[in-house]
Amino acid sequence: MSTAVDMPRFVRAREAEALPPPNLARGPIAWVRENLFSGPFNTILTLVVFYLLYISVPPLLNFLVFDAVWTGADRAACRADAGGSESGACWAFIWDKINYFIYGSYTISERWRVNIFFSLLAIGVVWLLWLKAPRRDLGAVYFFWVFPVVSYILLTGGNENFSVRFWIGFAIFGALIIALFAFVSALLKTSMRPALILGGGIVAVIGVTLALVDFNFGLEHVPTSLWGGILVTLLVATVGIVVSLPFGIVLALGRRSNLPIVRLASVIFIEFVRGVPLITVLIMANTMLPLFLPGDMTVDRLLRPLIGTALFASAYMAEVVRGGLQAMPKGQYEGAMSLGLNYPQMMSLIILPQALRIVIPGIVNTFIGLFKDTSLVAIVGIFDLVKTIEASRIDPDWAAPTIGLTGYAFAALFYFIFCFGMSRYSLGVERRLAAGQKR
Amino acid sequence: MSAQHIPSATVDPQAQPAIEMIDVHKWFGEFHVLRDINLNVRRGERIVICGPSGSGKSTMIRCINRLEEHQKGRIIVDGVELLDDLKRIDEVRRDVGMVFQHFNLFPHLTILENCTLAPIWVKKMPRKEAEEIAMHYLTRVKIPEQANKYPGQLSGGQQQRVAIARSLCMSPKIMLFDEPTSALDPEMVKEVLDTMVGLADEGMTMLCVTHEMGFARQVADRVIFMDYGQIVEMNTPDEFFKNPQHERTRLFLSQILH
Repeated sequence: MSTAVDMPRFVRAREAEALPPPNLARGPIAWVRENLFSGPFNTILTLVVFYLLYISVPPLLNFLVFDAVWTGADRAACRADAGGSESGACWAFIWDKINYFIYGSYTISERWRVNIFFSLLAIGVVWLLWLKAPRRDLGAVYFFWVFPVVSYILLTGGNENFSVRFWIGFAIFGALIIALFAFVSALLKTSMRPALILGGGIVAVIGVTLALVDFNFGLEHVPTSLWGGILVTLLVATVGIVVSLPFGIVLALGRRSNLPIVRLASVIFIEFVRGVPLITVLIMANTMLPLFLPGDMTVDRLLRPLIGTALFASAYMAEVVRGGLQAMPKGQYEGAMSLGLNYPQMMSLIILPQALRIVIPGIVNTFIGLFKDTSLVAIVGIFDLVKTIEASRIDPDWAAPTIGLTGYAFAALFYFIFCFGMSRYSLGVERRLAAGQKR
Repeated sequence: MSAQHIPSATVDPQAQPAIEMIDVHKWFGEFHVLRDINLNVRRGERIVICGPSGSGKSTMIRCINRLEEHQKGRIIVDGVELLDDLKRIDEVRRDVGMVFQHFNLFPHLTILENCTLAPIWVKKMPRKEAEEIAMHYLTRVKIPEQANKYPGQLSGGQQQRVAIARSLCMSPKIMLFDEPTSALDPEMVKEVLDTMVGLADEGMTMLCVTHEMGFARQVADRVIFMDYGQIVEMNTPDEFFKNPQHERTRLFLSQILH
């Protein structure tokens, strides 16, 4: 049969129909051959991996599950010389200490408040992260304002008893904020009304927050030195995540700003914080922050590392977000500007939604890093989960060879569940956002 | 080339030119990209700008909505002079629609959202009304059925028509086209040009950088030839194509018209 190439002239007489693809080999054996043993190198790799799995997985399962001790009241259960089993994890120890791991030394009669905090946190996270949840705008208000205020009052007890002097100071501060907004709007020659409403709104929100914190709800005061365990770990991680994303975005925008002072300030902050280990930041926040503040002002000892981790994560977040902003084609800015959108509208409606989508893997990477870095707050004497485990494993009641291993296995499991959850969620979001917009 | 400038306040707004460019100069660093540009555009006038690449045609029309900043001279758009005042620049941009070579649609928004975004956020129009207007213009550019798709799912010609509809949703007084058909596959050029011809027939003030000389012949009131950042020649299309005066114009035309 001749083809069109052979002939100088060709006119198709019969349409070539679309046919199904040729029947490729299917089934498990074909799959194994194609994916695991497709060549000598691949075959060797497969065998090596199988061997590594063989020597690592069964002992791990034996330790964690099959040989593990699940019940018991003290060390006897986990010691061979006292009639127990010595080769497996001592989960009885975790079970016995679980309240300490969750709440630290939080006043026992008040631990219901921590439980409410956990539930509120779960509600907020689900509301914001479940993309089909109703009224996610209200969810944002809940998560970024209602939840922090309620949590603060619940966890500390509220009733701050601000002095009259404090309220006078706040009034002056509020007036200054409103004046600043009016000044900026006059500087940019935009209309005055929205600026005044925005400034007034910010002052009002801060005022209501302070009044709520000031109010006596009759809750017993629990000092932060008693907090510990998962409570502190989740608190530091949540505050870090919630602060670092918006603050990182602001820093990234600042670094790309046309205003030299804003740009310089952002660059100095980012480069300084990134150039210093987190431990140093924490120690500085702990010991040096009080030196910079006026003598009569003290910062809570939990708040110091909280600020330290949040700022540290912000600097990393800023660089991640900057990567996304740089990936945006100039045409998107021009398209937005040509329609008359002003800078905040252009950034919030056009640029950031796309730029942040590009860097979701980087953002989640930073979140996961932050979540695990919270264990470093132990350096400055905060009893996070790892520190509570450290403190418990030397308890003489539970002196047994497997106690330390069990404790760290528990911590590993806890961190893994949260980090893996974040990772899977971000993959889901990426897939969902990519669905409509494939090019 | 007339640069007779009548003080804007003394004339009635209909007689006032849509765009006035007086002695406009612009530099990119050391490079003098626009030199001594003087141009008056009447309301309803259709102008086609052509010239070799790098001649400053895109830069010139991008100065009209301040995507580029001119460094000397005056540009007055619809009676508003373009100065550093951000608020006035946004006002001008609201009244001046722009269509780009690469469409610059927003890929994360649907076609309908692309079209309603600016009316809702800039003009503070209720969503429902904005959607009605968007559907009206999408019908006019003949793609209402694509309203809920994303830009990436449309062909180049369709995307460019969406871009035109997106600009029209702001009811602009002036439309700028920056090589709107240059990035399109040949078989899609016509559908975009047809849309532009329709727009021209309705009396829209249009400035169009293009190499589609057929389009220039059909709709332009004036054709401008630019080279080395200057307006070299400006004439009615008949005269421009039949009887080019400047040597560089003749050379350019001989290269693009075979």
